[in-house]
Amino acid sequence: MMLINCPHCGPRAQSEFVYERTVDSVAPAGASNDEAMQILFTRSNPRGVDDEIWRHTFGCRAWMVVTRHRVTNEISQVRAVGPEALP
Amino acid sequence: MNRYSAFGLLRGALNGQKHWQPAWRDPEPKAHYDIVIIGGGGHGLATAYYLAKVHGLKNIAVLEKGWIGGGNTGRNTTIVRSNYRQKPLHDLFEFGLKLWHNLSDELNYNVMFSPRGAMFLGHSDADMVKLAERGDAMRCDGIDADLMTRDEVAKLEPLLDMSRSARFPIEGGLIQRRGGTARHDAVAWGYARGADSFGVDIIQKCEVTGFVRDGDAVVGVETTRGRIGAGRVGICVAGHSGHVAGLAGLKLPVESQTLQAMVTEGVKPMINSVIMSQSLHCYISQSDKGGIVFGGDPDNWPSYAQRGHPMVMEGAIAQGLALVPALSRLRMVRTWSGVTDMSFDGAPIIGETPVRNLYLNGGWCYGGFKATPASGWTYAHTLATGSPHALNAPFALERFMRGATIDETGTGPMPNSR
Repeated sequence: MMLINCPHCGPRAQSEFVYERTVDSVAPAGASNDEAMQILFTRSNPRGVDDEIWRHTFGCRAWMVVTRHRVTNEISQVRAVGPEALP
Repeated sequence: MNRYSAFGLLRGALNGQKHWQPAWRDPEPKAHYDIVIIGGGGHGLATAYYLAKVHGLKNIAVLEKGWIGGGNTGRNTTIVRSNYRQKPLHDLFEFGLKLWHNLSDELNYNVMFSPRGAMFLGHSDADMVKLAERGDAMRCDGIDADLMTRDEVAKLEPLLDMSRSARFPIEGGLIQRRGGTARHDAVAWGYARGADSFGVDIIQKCEVTGFVRDGDAVVGVETTRGRIGAGRVGICVAGHSGHVAGLAGLKLPVESQTLQAMVTEGVKPMINSVIMSQSLHCYISQSDKGGIVFGGDPDNWPSYAQRGHPMVMEGAIAQGLALVPALSRLRMVRTWSGVTDMSFDGAPIIGETPVRNLYLNGGWCYGGFKATPASGWTYAHTLATGSPHALNAPFALERFMRGATIDETGTGPMPNSR
């Protein structure tokens, strides 16, 4: 299990969190249909580091961006976000 | 190829079994192949086998970064079935199931296919309605499916908790009697031996590190053992499709996740069929060696780690113990996990890519093993002719852009909601 450092609650067990999607899969409001389809339906899915949106569902319920390595599970950064901070 | 037979074993007994030969060669890569398949798992090897056998192609290589069958072919729960509700899915898997029934003879290699019955449990009236609907859809296409009463389920699997106070009450089931299990390693080895006998080069410890491009076409691959030219290149690396396709600059509707499974110590026969529950997502069977094999949901976040997290394992075990309380007395001896390609509708992707001469077979989610023969057959057709077989035409990559998804579970376009 991973230990995720919630920006609001401090280090908490991963079982309190739910993975949502990657940061680059959130379509901006003005995206065309083709752009939105690409963003929603494809992933870079790197065998390395990616920025992911997680939610502290069974804690403070806030969204956050977790920068995590997909092989080692090492979390290099967790930062708080609000809806306005998403791309 | 040296044919295996009971007579050969007897003859070997007289001369100290000295007649055994390696089942496949260990060739050096050539400079050019007509078709290069990336990935020496069951699917890739089956593809090579059918390319050589059905389509008569000779100049084929299978490139494997580790050893053959060391990825998801060796990391599944070996369940074989074709009981899907959606027509494109059950047609594809049924074609495969028919090949499974004859596979040991076809390959002259015992894949230990055991059609002991694959049973879905129904836990409520709503479950039973869904199972009946699924069974009807299958029977309309000539696939066997029998709805079972509560008593029939109890008779087939006496160790299920059938009490009314059970955590997951059982109301009935749906069984596909022709479904069952097989021996995973033997599938890879049997196809490898068969393909090798037709002259296919199986090149292990050869990782693809890039693609050689000529304009908009792929004309070869860069590997850890040098550059290899190719007429057509087939990606067949489910779990790592995103990574390999990324080398060609493609972004796929795939997210890689970890799926775990586990096995207990060996015991006398106690589970007669393959018990599955889709409401819970838990599946239990007993291997021929006696171990109880079971698995559950994927770890619902992206990972290439090939190792899972105990909290997900705990969920699967809790379900298994609730269904078959007697399992609580067994010791777990081994757990493992594979990296699965979770596609955005839960169905595989077999077909061409936007890059000329580059083809993709992936997105198998957690259900690729049972499809091995059908996947190989249809992918071989696609690679040999350049256009899809009728069975894999619905599984084209561009279906996501057309909105023509094949969403068996009806959970929408998010891999982690599956």
